[in-house]
Amino acid sequence: MWLTNSSVGRKVVMSVTGLFLVLFVTFHALMNAVAVISFDAYDAICEFLGANWYAVAGTLVLAAGFAIHIIYAFWLTLQNRKARGNNRYAVTTKPKEVEWASQNMLVLGLIVLCFMVLHLVQFWAKMQLPELMGDHVMNGKWYLQATFSHLWVLPVYLIGFAALWFHISHGFWSAFQTLGTANDKWIPRWQCISKWWASIVFILFAVEACYFTWFFAL
Amino acid sequence: MDTSISFKLKVWRQANAHAEGRFETYEMHDIPTDTSFLEMMDILNEQLIEKGEEPVTFDHDCREGICGMCSLYVNGHPHGPATGATTCQLYMRRFKDGDTITVEPWRSAAFPVIKDLMVNRNAFDQIQQAGGYVSFQTGGAQDANAIPISKEAADEAMDSATCIGCGACVAACKNGSAMLFLSAKVSQFALLPQGRAEAKRRVKAMLAKMDELGFGNCTNTGACAAECPKNIKLSNIARLNREFVCAKCSD
Repeated sequence: MWLTNSSVGRKVVMSVTGLFLVLFVTFHALMNAVAVISFDAYDAICEFLGANWYAVAGTLVLAAGFAIHIIYAFWLTLQNRKARGNNRYAVTTKPKEVEWASQNMLVLGLIVLCFMVLHLVQFWAKMQLPELMGDHVMNGKWYLQATFSHLWVLPVYLIGFAALWFHISHGFWSAFQTLGTANDKWIPRWQCISKWWASIVFILFAVEACYFTWFFAL
Repeated sequence: MDTSISFKLKVWRQANAHAEGRFETYEMHDIPTDTSFLEMMDILNEQLIEKGEEPVTFDHDCREGICGMCSLYVNGHPHGPATGATTCQLYMRRFKDGDTITVEPWRSAAFPVIKDLMVNRNAFDQIQQAGGYVSFQTGGAQDANAIPISKEAADEAMDSATCIGCGACVAACKNGSAMLFLSAKVSQFALLPQGRAEAKRRVKAMLAKMDELGFGNCTNTGACAAECPKNIKLSNIARLNREFVCAKCSD
């Protein structure tokens, strides 16, 4: 199977799952924005995305996307370190054309993963999970308050969002390069769209987290 | 302006492929700045031979930037700090009096050290042999108008064909990936009608050989294109990916 046993195939899997996750975080940021406008509307979304069959199916597909992306990330990194060899250069430089994020995708991904685990414990484990078990759950606003009434949450979330910005700013254009949908004109275009997309997602998340902290903690 | 400089030269010495390597420091005095880097290495070797020591082994051949043999990793750059130039095209005027210049071999699992600064780049020959050619008789030249080729395609193919297979892309890549080399070799044929006939077989065979030889996976950092002495572009890698994905999807 070329998606597992060829280098380009493995990168295609990273690209497709990565772009799927970019779509997910974009949707997530937009959904959060609803809470800034109206908590009632946000509660309606939370109820819509509860333990219904389509929400559970969506969660499973999403979890698979995350799992494949993370497993392939470790697999590719191990192969790449092996290919680099045991002897490292004594002197290294970073050409100005090379983005810092592109050389640190695994570390950035790990920061995002740690943030995600915290986030899942704070929300998913108290919302969809107990509902699946048949327990009673509160409305969406209640969980926002439970989380953002603590002041330490905001800086931790901002660190997670910053890591996500770097990760997407390289990953997004890199995915299109790997899928072969780039050339001399489109490489700079995809790079520009990458930065914009990552920035819009970052700003949405950051503004939302700041608003919730202001509303619930101050 | 000084016409000669003195500096410290830190050189990787390794007796053979299996021996432990280490850095050896040499003091170089009054080297004219018009000396090329390889001529400076020759001066060092003459001094070592006069002292009865083992000279430093390094690859070199044409010394005019077209053969792809020279391969030194100088101060953190494959082929040294000059851009779009090979080590043999690097001159000592790039360095300052009192500098410490560190010279290392290409470091990649697929390019094992043979001795000192010389590495085995036979893996590139094997990738070429896997499909980097046109295998049918093209016959005599037909009328130039019979197969029109756009200027853009002809230029791109020519630019790709300027890859000298030196391995600087692998040396620069944190993943030890040979994708820039492979993409240049695939592109020079993929862009021309003569190469299209075997395009699918070629890209699959060459990529499979590259993977088999232990090169890493491309993560699009772009260090390869930034350090390439022939300025092979990153867009070649996109073309390689496109050729491979299309070939696999049409299987």
